[in-house]
Amino acid sequence: MHEIALVESIIDIVSTEMKKHNITKVETIKLRIGEMSHVMPDALIFGFDVLSKETSLEGARLIIETVPTKGQCRDCNTEFTIKDVIDICPKCGGTSYDIISGKELEIAEFEGS
Amino acid sequence: MKVSLVTNILKANDAIAAQNRRLFSEKNIIAINVISSPGAGKTTLIENTIKALKDDLTIAVIEGDIQSTYDADRISETGVQVIQINTGGGCHLDANMISNALTQLDFETVDMLIIENVGNLVCPAEFDLGENFKVMLLSVPEGDDKPLKYPLVFHESNALLINKIDLLPFVDCDVEKIKSESLRINPDLNIFEVSCKTGEGLQVWYDWLKKAKEVSKF
Repeated sequence: MHEIALVESIIDIVSTEMKKHNITKVETIKLRIGEMSHVMPDALIFGFDVLSKETSLEGARLIIETVPTKGQCRDCNTEFTIKDVIDICPKCGGTSYDIISGKELEIAEFEGS
Repeated sequence: MKVSLVTNILKANDAIAAQNRRLFSEKNIIAINVISSPGAGKTTLIENTIKALKDDLTIAVIEGDIQSTYDADRISETGVQVIQINTGGGCHLDANMISNALTQLDFETVDMLIIENVGNLVCPAEFDLGENFKVMLLSVPEGDDKPLKYPLVFHESNALLINKIDLLPFVDCDVEKIKSESLRINPDLNIFEVSCKTGEGLQVWYDWLKKAKEVSKF
C-alpha cells in the first residue's frame, strides 16, 4: 500500500534527522512494519532503492523488522501472537482480545557517519 | 553513529490529522469517516442519515472520489453544505485533503461532519483524517468473507453497518458469520444490520449516532 509515498516520507524524515546529527552518509535504516499494516516489505525496499538514488540516502540499506500481530486476552490478560487473522487465547481459550501490536509503520533508527 | 527515531512513517499525515481533530474539538463538531468498498451504499446511507437527523443536528459533508461531483450533487439535494474532493487517482483521502476542504466550509454552526471516503476497503484504514471515529459499511452481496480478508479496516472502525439486508433472500451471505468474525477482530465493534432501500434497521443507527454526538461533548 503506497510504498512509494511511504518511501518519500522515510527519505524526508531521515534526511532531516541526518542534518541534526551532522551525518552525511547513512549505512542502514531500520524499520518496524506491523503484520496487520498493508505494507509489502519487498515493494518498500524496491521503492527505496529507486527513490534514494541521487539523494543523500543513496546506498543506504533498509532493514525491515516485521512486527507480529499480538493480542492481549480480555479474560485473562495473557499476551499471545495471533497466528492467522483471528485466534483464541492459548491460556484460557478466550475469543475476546485487544490487538497490542502489528499495526506499526515506524522508523526505529538509522546508522551513519 | 546510531540515531534512535521511533517515528511513525505517516507522521506528516498524523500531524495534520491532529490539527483537524483539535479544530473539530474546539468547534464541538463530531467527525465521522465513512469507509467501504465502491457501491456498498455510503452515499445513500449519508443521504438517509441527513434526512433523519437534520432537524436535530446541523450536518456538513465532505465527499471523496477519484473523479466526478456525482456524490456531492446528490448530497446537495438534501440542502446541507457539501464539498467534493477529487483525488484524481488517489485511492483514499488524507488529512491534508480534509484540512484544505475545511477552508471551504462554514462550520460555525456545524454539529456533525460526515466524510465519505473514496470507495476502498484497504487504504482508508491506514490514514487518520482527524475523525472521532471510522464507520464502515459492508453490503450483503459482497459476501461474508470480508472480515478475514480485510482485518485492518474492521479493527480500526467503531461501527459496522451491514447494508442491503433486503437482498438476503437472493444472495449467499451468512450475516452471523460476518458478525462473529468481525467481533473476533474487534470486540468493541458496534454492528448494525440495515437496508437503506427499505429503511429497516436504520433507526437504531440514527439513535446510536445521536448518542455518539452527545457523548462527544465530554
